[in-house]
Order: sequence, then structure tokens, then C-alpha cells
Amino acid sequence: MIQETFDVIVIGGGPAGASAAMEAAGAGLSVALLDEGVDAGGQVYRAPVSGTGASSGQPDGEIGDALRQNLASSTVTCLFGHRVWLVEQGFKLHALGSEGPVSLQADRLVVAAGAQERHRPIPGWTLPGVIGLAGATNLLKSQKILPGQRTVVAGSGPLLLLVAQSILKGGGELAAVIDANGRTDWLRRLPAMMARPRLMARGTKWLADLVRAGVPLYSRHALTRIEGSDEVTGVTLAPIDDEWRPDHTAQVSLSCDAVCYGFGLMPATAITRLLGARHAYDAATGGWSAVTAPDGATDIPGLYVTGDGAGISGADAAISLGRITGRAVAVSLGRSTPATGALMKEAGRAARFGQSMTGLAMPRDGIMEAATPDTIVCRCEGLTRRVLDEAIDAGSRTLNGLKSATRCGMGPCGGRVCEDSAAALIAHRTGLTRQDIGQATARPPLRPMPLGQLAGEFNYSDLPMPEPAPQ
Amino acid sequence: MPKDLRTDPELASRPSFHFTFEGHPVLAYAGETVATALWAAGLRILRHGPGDGGPRGLFCTMGLCQECVVSIDGQATEACRFPATEGLDVRAGR
Repeated sequence: MIQETFDVIVIGGGPAGASAAMEAAGAGLSVALLDEGVDAGGQVYRAPVSGTGASSGQPDGEIGDALRQNLASSTVTCLFGHRVWLVEQGFKLHALGSEGPVSLQADRLVVAAGAQERHRPIPGWTLPGVIGLAGATNLLKSQKILPGQRTVVAGSGPLLLLVAQSILKGGGELAAVIDANGRTDWLRRLPAMMARPRLMARGTKWLADLVRAGVPLYSRHALTRIEGSDEVTGVTLAPIDDEWRPDHTAQVSLSCDAVCYGFGLMPATAITRLLGARHAYDAATGGWSAVTAPDGATDIPGLYVTGDGAGISGADAAISLGRITGRAVAVSLGRSTPATGALMKEAGRAARFGQSMTGLAMPRDGIMEAATPDTIVCRCEGLTRRVLDEAIDAGSRTLNGLKSATRCGMGPCGGRVCEDSAAALIAHRTGLTRQDIGQATARPPLRPMPLGQLAGEFNYSDLPMPEPAPQ
Repeated sequence: MPKDLRTDPELASRPSFHFTFEGHPVLAYAGETVATALWAAGLRILRHGPGDGGPRGLFCTMGLCQECVVSIDGQATEACRFPATEGLDVRAGR
């Protein structure tokens, strides 16, 4: 078992984590960086599959390639393919890599765990052929695979356009793009979007490409059902009102063999919840996240959160945010670093755009009316909306209460897929706020762990076996 | 004939090989995950869920949701994070 001490441990090798690690290492600190992936880049700047390693032709390809090159030539100790399953105060971290279990210790911990996709349950959303929008970008950009022969792209936020445009570019067919937001919702974001003219121009071009290709665009519509017995064969959609309540009397059906479906991103908070950092709910930054100072410092001394994990600001802001946090960590350990004024300004501009998109993607709770009593909400435990509604009506008004009553969120995904929808269900049914409903308590193991690998190699004869007591 | 879902223009230059799913050969290219190769082959039902017993498959593609957990050489493994290699014995998950 590897057991080592560093000045700083960084969890997450996306743009924020890798930048924080390099900045801290550049100031003379010993830094370990852990990530589950095979290389740095995270989800947005993930290295593509092709043998050459070059991300040529991708909009963000060069940024990811530069990030990986700079990290490789830095003094950061990179542990890729490592899954963190426990973080203890102080900070002691336990992970599992291909070589077995690893334990690391450091005075400073930077959590750069990024974001995860927000989903909403509808009938049929568990069918094979339905994938998340973030998942679809991964298939399309990194694995270079189309989601289907004829794909429906649905949900909310900027990933709709990114996924739809990537499918067109890959020569795929789109049955429709279904956006829960209307034109006025997008226009309301225009001033904030102007903070990033390059990104806004790109989005406008993507939209124009879709229109030119004759793709049916449904705005202020949402999926109400995904059809199919064993796999996706079609969808039903309906117009939605201001609260995103579907009008079931005006449904439309389309045939398709794949659906890309998601509702924006939310900060990954399992580690900061486990460590007991203070969290706050803010719809503008994707929901719950650890409360941080502008440099990423939390209320727990030595614990920092940077990038989307501290509130969704987008990949464009992540590098600046990571660098700011890396320098703050170095300063806290007595090293001198350059002033961060310019970086702060840059991060602020990028975050303004990122947060405007985050707010746009945020689903309104009326969408829960698309989930019928038989719709599965917690996929791991196979729990239907009926089971959850009954528990809510019987008095489970917090996520922890609902979890104890029904096991919602206790499966192998650790609640990452269902908990936000379960909170939406409580809110929609009771009128309680997200603050009242709260977060679920995080418990180790943070990620599913094969116990055999954790125990490591040993012989039966190595086990201490006490002599049986005489009868 | 359905269109090949693979879009890499350099596909021909990448090494290809086979693994098996439930005993049937599945074509894969270097750099693909087990989940990707299965998806491209039209094999999307990877297991059945608890409760309703309904079919499940690849969903998040990044190791979070656990819906694509299959048995790879006897070990329960996320198909979306496991690189495809020659000769793997992949079975539907439980």
C-alpha cells in the first residue's frame, strides 16, 4: 500500500484541479493530484480515443492538450485511475487504483470534483437508448460515437445545442431538439452572455446550423414519455407552462432510437458533505455547493473547493478559478505568489457567462408532473414515484427522512442520479424550500468499491485465528 | 443496413479486435470502452434493474450512475470506464 505525505492533495484533474495543482507546485509545494480518469482534462477537456492523442478539430481540443502537456512537465505527482472512497479530517485520503489501495495525507486539501448532470424522471427514462446530455458529449467528442440512427435531444441548457450540433457534424440524424426554455428565457440571459462574445457566437452558429439542416426545434416543450418495451422506439412531448407543467392535451409523438436528455449541471458535493463543510443552496450556481471565499477557502481550515464544485461557473472559468485557489493554498503555507487581481477579473467574466447558462438550465418543479406514479425515480433501488409520494405524505419532508423511509439514494450511485429529483418531488408536493428539505448525509464509501481489491492480497494462513477455548 | 455509429475519420488506422458479450463476438477499436463497443454493436441492454426488473443500459457514460455495470472476466465493472481489450469475457450485469 502506498502511504505518503504531501503539502497539498488535489482531488480532480479537470481544468480547475489541474490548474490549482500546477500553481501550487510552481510555488514550491509538494502536490498530489488524483483523478478517476486515465488522464487530466475532466469531462469537458477529456482526451479523445484516437491513437495520436491530438484533439484536432474539437472546439476545446487545444486547451485540453495544453493542460495535459503542462501538467506532465510539472512536479505534480499524478495518480490517474484512482477512485477516492474516503476522506478524513486532517486530511487523510483513501483511494483505490489499479495497483491497489493508496492512502495519502496533506495539510491542505483542494476538492475540484466538478459537476454532475441533473436529471428528471419521466416514464421510460430508464430504457436502454436514453443517455444524459453530458454523457452524450462524452460519447460524441471523446469516444467518437453517435448516440443513435435517429436521435431526440431534450431537456434544458447549452448542452442541448452542443449535443445536437455534434450529432449533425458526425453525420447523424436528429428527430428533434426539445428545449424546456422559450426564446424569452434565452433573451433574458443575453446581457450576461455578452460577457463571452466568443461562446455566444459559437452557440448562435450552432443554432443556425440546426435551422439550416431543417431539424424540428420545439421550444417551451418537454418530454412526457419515452416509448419502448426493451429499448427506445420513440418519445412523446408536450408544451409546458411557466412552471414547466406539461399540457398533456397537446401531446406530439416522434419515432427515434436514442434520446439524449438532461437538465444542466450541479456541483459534486459528496466529499465536502462528508467533511462537514457548510453548504448553501443557490439556483444560480446549480443548487447546493460548499460555501467558499473567492479563493476557494471553506469554513474548514485547510479545505478548499475550486471550479464547478464550488458552484457551476463553467469550464471557461475553471482554469482561472483553479489558479486562484492554487495560489491561495501556496500563500497559506508561507509561499509567495503573484497577485491574483487579473485572474479574479478573468474568472469573474467567464463565470458570469457560465452562471447565466446554469440558471437557464435549472429545471422548474412543474416538470415533476411528467412523472407518473409508476415512474422510477431512484434507478438503483427501483423506487417509483408512488413509493416516494406515500413516504412524503406520511411525513418524510427531508432528503434524509425520505432516504430512511424508502432507501431512495442508498444504491450504488450514492444518490447522485435521484436525490435532486427526490428533493424536487418533496418541494412540488409540499411547497417546502430546498433549504428546508436539505441535503442527504454523505457516507463512505463515496464510490462503489470492490471489497476484494480493498482488502488486497493475502493468504488464508495470514489471518490471525485464535485457538478455540477448551470446552 | 443501419449506419455505423462510429464517426472517427481515422477509424481504419486504429487497431481492431474482438471481445465477447454473453459468448457472442463484439468488434471493438483501440481506445474504446467496453460500453462504447457494445453501444456501437447495437447491444444496449446490459442488465435488468431491481424493482420493475426492466432493461437497463449505459446512461451517464462517466462512472457515476452504475447502470452499465456488467461482469467483465467475472468482476462486476462499469462498462463505461473499462477499456475494451481483445478476448474479454463480458456478461450481462445482475
